Amino acid sequence: LAHGGGGRLTHQLIENVFLPAFSNPALNARHDGALLARSGERLAMTTDTYVVKPLIFPGGNIGDLAVNGTVNDLAMCGAKAIALSAGFVLEEGLAMATLIHVVSAMRDAARAAGVPIVTGDTKVVDKGKGDGIFINTTGVGVVLAPDPIGPEHIRSGDVVLLSGDLGSHGIAILSVRDGLEFEGDVRSDTACLWPAVEALFTAGIEVHCLRDLTRGGLSSALNEIAMIAGHRITVDEVLIPVKEVVRGACELLGLDPLYVANEGRFAIFVPAKDADQALAILRAEPVSAGAVQVGMVHEHTSGIVTLRSRIGGNRVLDMLSGEQLPRIC
Amino acid sequence: MGVAASAPVERLHIALSGAVQGVGFRPTVYRLATRMRLSGWVRNMASGIEMEVEGTSDQLEALLLELKVCKPEAAVIATEEISRIPPTGKVGFEILGSRGDASEPKGISVLPDLATCPECLAEVLAPANRRFGYPFTNCTLCGPRYSILLDIPYDRAHTTMKQFVQCAACRREYDSYQDRRFHAQPNGCRACGPRLYLWPPGMKGDNPFAVAACALAEGKIVALKGIGGFQLLTDARSSAAVSRLRERKHRDEKPFALLMPSIESVHQYCRVSGAEQDLLQSQASPIVLLRPKDSHGLAPEIARFSPFFGVMLPCSPTHHLLMLQFPYPVVATSGNLAGEPIATEDEEALLRLKEIADLFVLHNRPIARACDDSIVRVMTSSAPQVLRRARGYAPLPIAVPHHLRPVLAVGGHLKNTVAIGLGRQVVLSQHIGDLDSMEARDAFSRTIADLCALHRFKPELLACDSHPDYASSTWAREHALAMGLPLVEVQHHHAHVASCAAENGLRGEYLGVAFDGAGLGTDGTIWGGEFFRASAEGFVRVGHLRPFLLPGGEQAMRDCSRSAAGVLWQALGPKQARTLIAPGIATILEHGIQAPATSSVGRLFDAVAHITGVAAGNPFEGAAAMLLESAIGDTRSDASYEIGWRDGVGDWTPLIRQLVTDRQMRVDRKILAIKFHNALANWILAVAQSSDLPCVVLSGGVFQNAYLTMQTSRLLESHGFFVSTHHQAPANDGGLALGQAVLAGQMH
Ligand SMILES: [Fe+3]
Ligand SMILES: [Mg+2]
Ligand SMILES: [Zn+2]
Ligand SMILES: [Zn+2]
Repeated sequence: LAHGGGGRLTHQLIENVFLPAFSNPALNARHDGALLARSGERLAMTTDTYVVKPLIFPGGNIGDLAVNGTVNDLAMCGAKAIALSAGFVLEEGLAMATLIHVVSAMRDAARAAGVPIVTGDTKVVDKGKGDGIFINTTGVGVVLAPDPIGPEHIRSGDVVLLSGDLGSHGIAILSVRDGLEFEGDVRSDTACLWPAVEALFTAGIEVHCLRDLTRGGLSSALNEIAMIAGHRITVDEVLIPVKEVVRGACELLGLDPLYVANEGRFAIFVPAKDADQALAILRAEPVSAGAVQVGMVHEHTSGIVTLRSRIGGNRVLDMLSGEQLPRIC
Repeated sequence: MGVAASAPVERLHIALSGAVQGVGFRPTVYRLATRMRLSGWVRNMASGIEMEVEGTSDQLEALLLELKVCKPEAAVIATEEISRIPPTGKVGFEILGSRGDASEPKGISVLPDLATCPECLAEVLAPANRRFGYPFTNCTLCGPRYSILLDIPYDRAHTTMKQFVQCAACRREYDSYQDRRFHAQPNGCRACGPRLYLWPPGMKGDNPFAVAACALAEGKIVALKGIGGFQLLTDARSSAAVSRLRERKHRDEKPFALLMPSIESVHQYCRVSGAEQDLLQSQASPIVLLRPKDSHGLAPEIARFSPFFGVMLPCSPTHHLLMLQFPYPVVATSGNLAGEPIATEDEEALLRLKEIADLFVLHNRPIARACDDSIVRVMTSSAPQVLRRARGYAPLPIAVPHHLRPVLAVGGHLKNTVAIGLGRQVVLSQHIGDLDSMEARDAFSRTIADLCALHRFKPELLACDSHPDYASSTWAREHALAMGLPLVEVQHHHAHVASCAAENGLRGEYLGVAFDGAGLGTDGTIWGGEFFRASAEGFVRVGHLRPFLLPGGEQAMRDCSRSAAGVLWQALGPKQARTLIAPGIATILEHGIQAPATSSVGRLFDAVAHITGVAAGNPFEGAAAMLLESAIGDTRSDASYEIGWRDGVGDWTPLIRQLVTDRQMRVDRKILAIKFHNALANWILAVAQSSDLPCVVLSGGVFQNAYLTMQTSRLLESHGFFVSTHHQAPANDGGLALGQAVLAGQMH
């Protein structure tokens, strides 16, 4: 199994193994979380397991990720998290101080997101059978989005907004994991996205789709949306913000920042008429203060994502199979 | 009556397939048959030409022989079927109307575009001739074919000439067996044929070529609608003009091709061998890579990081007429933005090229499909190798030694071409280009649809590279699924060597040597210095270059100091290497992150080019390797570095250590360069000698290197090996589709 990159192979694993086995309407919708209707109240539920090396990195740790990630997945369904569970797999020999550091980070993140951790579980595995800490979090939320949102609701003419600059999380992880030192400080962008999402709903913005840009980065997220919607999404290279230090690190490592993971960035699809107002609202929230418009949705025969490059060409942003294998001969 | 009359009369039915239509084949048959007093008929059919001829067996035998000897220059007979049928006793010989049966599978070859013949050129230049100055003059032996073809058989109604109704004078030529223009499908004249016009309109002067020449003389950029697409032209003597073109086209340092007015002009600027001159003047009229003279006086911006000028001669009356008004070398590059396919339609060109060109030379004969200029290099004194196969060559079929199932092969990701396998032939498409842009991917799927439609071809299976992220592989996966067809994934280097073996008619087992930049290996690492015991059935990797780390992956392809860092790290050890390489790169190597392992000889070339100091970055693909080859100059020596050969691994670390020492001793670069090339050739010989295979096949982009190809062939041949190299298909990734078609198409 080599399907962990968040790209096409991961996608295939889901399509070919999990979806057929567990098939049901809520799962088949393929959102970041599932929508459940129960006695008039619309609920959403999601689960995610967090594995990261190192456990503590500039700007955060595995605990922040585990809470923010699940709260964000609910937010991408238009839902406010109301309860979380936390399951731990701990490796024997883990320093108690590390565990306490992680757990208090979870407490702080949950408090900041306004969601209680209501249940949990712990298992300990033998030394060498785990990377210190694995965390699974499951979240339940109430849907506050007035209209249904998701990839199938994007329309030709919609604009694509981005909540901030790309690549900081992935590069921050690499920098500490491999002892790389970059000019300047790179910190993970891990954050709770709900306040920004809620502000959009409160203002009555017609939101068509929301997607956080985690594994596989902006390119993979847009590809998933384009494929489901069957539309072409275009983004403009000069409009996509990437910090200079992140750009430099990517260049050194031969990585494309559009494929690098983020933990506190998301894409927003709104009709053009709402674009300016949505941007103003996003910019007023600290978590999306750097929001910009980066692209558009167009009618097309099939799902495709293209990047208008600095020199004006239309580079296709592919869904890659996994790690970025060199294609140049 | 004499003796001949009493000899028994026989009648033959002859069917010829191949490139036999639109080349004057029927008039040739007619002339031969009437001269020999044979009766019968000849006609075009969907799959080629058929004829019935009646006469004595001696006469018939003479006709068959004459057909082979006197066939038109451009004709290529792929297959002939001859059967004896009862004589009819009818007299006279005639040319019958074409029979095009759409349901019949079309084994026919579509002809490439052919450069203007001397007779037509003479007419265009003769003031008394009715075609004086007419830019669309052609005859049965020359002119556009593939670029105007809409369907087969090749008849006027199936070309973009169908909208032009011939005047009486042209019609007479077209209908007359004796005329040079008998059934010349694009025939026309000023009264009835296509017309040239300028954009923006309303410019002074009635000769558009004089207006365009004026623009060129002022350093402007002219977009010219050529044969297979638009070309951008500018004065090659002017640095300002050439720089402006580079800037507006957003083109990196990749060299520009040159269009020169005459062969005399080529001799003025370049060193030209006899074989090179023949190629320049051939009907394919390709861009030929030539060594510029030291004081050529042309703008250095044309090819700043290349030892070559890519030069072509005018290939159409339009080009001749322009060069008549502006008799100096001009840069002639394909009309597109960097990385996009060539533009073919007027409106499209006006839109896409409006920021680049100052003046457009347009005409109203549509281009049916895009076809770039081909690039050819003469490797030894006589043998050319096609590096980019397009105008003048595509889509002539390549004969292969295996019978193939109907297979569609989609090629690689860069320098893409596609191919279809038809029996014992493979039709390799024209160069499509790198598949990074959406426009290129559209051109890719359009070319596939076009190639299949023209040949009435329905694939039974698909073939692609085993790299999962090539755009061509993704296309093939999706379409195989949608069409319910099997998909064969072919390993990159197996396809390389198989393409070379196939075009050389090799069956059975051979030692395949695949040296290139990068391809995905079966072990998930990046290969590119491979020895295979190979056949059309499969391969065993019997040897390879010792792998090294490539810091930054794809980034290393653009910056050869990274390849250098990778090899120095391993050859000298981290401590010593650190003193020679950038600290950031050293950290990547130390931690092994984003540093895939590779056995690529192409990257070893980059490393050596960097260490010897002949190249700093890698301003365009293959630049460093080309500079390293050209550093050899006219030096001849058998001196060599050492590559260890043990347990199937070629250890280049002694080579790098010797190189670093030589460099410290300030040994001349040309010595360093030749010792490196010789080391590779000697290594190939050592591997060949340790195998029991008499045939050695050299493929992969590295074998575009003339010195290495020549030195290796010479060495191997002097030791009794039979060596195959590329001629028709590119050694680079432009040949992959051929190899894929052969490997996938002959499997059962
Ligand atoms: Fe290759
Ligand atoms: Mg998630
Ligand atoms: Zn002619
Ligand atoms: Zn006419």
